[in-house]
Amino acid sequence: MAELSYREAVYRALAQEMERDDRVVFLGEDVARAGGVFKATSGLLERFGPERVIDTPISEQAILGTLMGAAMTGLRPVAEIMYSDFFGVCWDIVANQMAKTRYMTNGQVSMPVVIRSGNGGGLRFGAQHSQSIENWAMAVPGLKVALPSTPHDLIGLFAAAVRDDDPVIFLESKSLYATKDEVVDGEIVEPLGRARVVRSGADATIVTIGAMVYRAKDAAERLSREFGIDCTVIDLRTLVPLDVTTVLSSVAATSRLFTVEENPQLCGWGAEVVSIVVDEGFYTLDGPPVRISTPHIPLPAAAELEDQVIPSVDRVVEIIMKRMD
Amino acid sequence: MTQTTTPQLVETDVRLRLFERMVILRRFEKRVYDLFLQGFVKGTSHLSIGQEAIAAGFGEAMRSDDWTFATYRGHAHTLSRGVDMAPVMAELMGRAGGLMAGKGGSMHLTSVEHGMMGSYAIVGAHLPIAVGAAFSAKYRKSGQVAVCFFGDGTTNIGAFHEALNFAAVYRLPVVFVCENNLYMEYTAIHDVTAVEHPAADRAAAYGLERIIVDGNDVSEMYRIAQARLTRARDGYGPSLIEALTYRHNGHSRADPGKYRPDAEVAAWMERDPIPAYRERLEREGVTTQALDAIEERVSIAVDRATESAKASPPPPAEAAYRDVWSDGGWQWRS
Ligand SMILES: Cc1ncc(C[n+]2csc(CCOP(=O)(O)OP(=O)(O)O)c2C)c(N)n1
Ligand SMILES: [Mg+2]
Repeated sequence: MAELSYREAVYRALAQEMERDDRVVFLGEDVARAGGVFKATSGLLERFGPERVIDTPISEQAILGTLMGAAMTGLRPVAEIMYSDFFGVCWDIVANQMAKTRYMTNGQVSMPVVIRSGNGGGLRFGAQHSQSIENWAMAVPGLKVALPSTPHDLIGLFAAAVRDDDPVIFLESKSLYATKDEVVDGEIVEPLGRARVVRSGADATIVTIGAMVYRAKDAAERLSREFGIDCTVIDLRTLVPLDVTTVLSSVAATSRLFTVEENPQLCGWGAEVVSIVVDEGFYTLDGPPVRISTPHIPLPAAAELEDQVIPSVDRVVEIIMKRMD
Repeated sequence: MTQTTTPQLVETDVRLRLFERMVILRRFEKRVYDLFLQGFVKGTSHLSIGQEAIAAGFGEAMRSDDWTFATYRGHAHTLSRGVDMAPVMAELMGRAGGLMAGKGGSMHLTSVEHGMMGSYAIVGAHLPIAVGAAFSAKYRKSGQVAVCFFGDGTTNIGAFHEALNFAAVYRLPVVFVCENNLYMEYTAIHDVTAVEHPAADRAAAYGLERIIVDGNDVSEMYRIAQARLTRARDGYGPSLIEALTYRHNGHSRADPGKYRPDAEVAAWMERDPIPAYRERLEREGVTTQALDAIEERVSIAVDRATESAKASPPPPAEAAYRDVWSDGGWQWRS
């Protein structure tokens, strides 16, 4: 057991998989010598050498194209897209190429790639360096989507992603890099598609993911302490595959569903979760499912504005209290 | 700077194989066109009729474990890697016996066992992907080379620039082949490009040699392919070749290509790579009978492939749900 930051977990995750399998290589802008803009990959170059840890030009299409071509021919490459907003300049490779090639070729081609990226807001970076793009990825058949919320899950889900033969969009919440948690020693692997129950309560189910896990959990503590409302908090951990079973069985027990989502409102993953619960768990519900998300706006830069729009503990508490009346 | 290869004579049997390859591509695609007009080939199809020398020359020169990356105009490059006509024909017809069981279609022909690593329908996308295959070859020290074919229009998309620079920076074994057929879909390349030679004039920007070849001369294509594949295999990094050629048909489907001046079309028809090569072989002493025998053999093979494709049933409904994921299925929930 050791205390590890979410940032340090990135290094440990990559090192764990690169040590185990020399088909794993890692490419990205400023990731090798400089150790990444978030300093999450410092030391990898020294440990694994320039053939496996590679500084690239500012060429997101070439980075991801290289990832794909390498994966099709026997490697298990990992890339960093510095900020997930930058998926905008290489989305063709992700959505049209990586996601569809196995299918179009009738299973001839395997696509074991992992794309790590700093995702989400909270750092006052403004509208082009703060987006939560999980819904873009989730909307494309053929992509798996993981959002670890803890150092342990970051290592474990990353390991599963590297070992998976499908493309995985691996979104690290950049507001969490400095957070710390206890992490067990030795190899960690956490399967994709299994949610984690963060907290159990009988009155309502809060489904969340990524950085919002902490806000949902804090809100649940306060609801319990101050208002006697006891919530279950579920960290989905991956959006594709989506652990529908855990959500449905929790809602069957609590009869209420709330989602806490960092993404803008329209077509957020919560809409999919709500639709599934309404369709398959309608008669277990005692009230309307409620989505708590960032409103459908680009993210503003100023601290006061950003804090106002991304779901906060206060907002989650207030909405759940009101809607549980 | 131009290429520095010493020209070497192409041996006799290689010449016959080059001829046969071109005849295969030509006769196959002529049949595809007929079948399209008859409604057997559905959706779309982009023919390489007139451009066969490029695919034939490279197909002959490539090692069996080298990789081809092609565009939606990829029938010729697929056949030239030795893929059977019948499954390709069946794929174009959307049949169960298709190369990808009807799931890819004309624009996505792929046969990994033949090193045909895919046909890509988003302009420019496959250049960086070919770079990735080359990266893997270098990393694994396998001696394989990736060859990436694309059109003149593709030189104006950002992925071209990213891929060329990337390949040059890491000295990757990839040969980029620009098939300059003078047109994008319906617009002439010179109307929308800042330089005369869309690929060659940009080579210097990546520290590469300026190479322009006659893409309608199959022996020249074969020689340049050999030279550049060897160079890549020997660790000297990428090449960018601009091969001048012309498509006889329109861009796709039944496009009559009316945007091209008649005189230009006529001049290029005169330079059809197949009759030209046939005449040359005859001049060099290959018998008419030997060449006729090749044409006859190919013609029978195309008939057989057509019959076989027509006899193949449509894909079963469940095929739509296969191979989204590596477990063979499509399930997104757990
Ligand atoms: C990104 C993108 N833009 C536009 C198209 C539509 N399109 C398909 S083929 C084509 C022309 C390409 O011309 P060129 O690269 O010269 O290849 P050719 O068809 O002549 O072989 C265009 C514009 C596309 N498929 N992808
Ligand atoms: Mg063209």
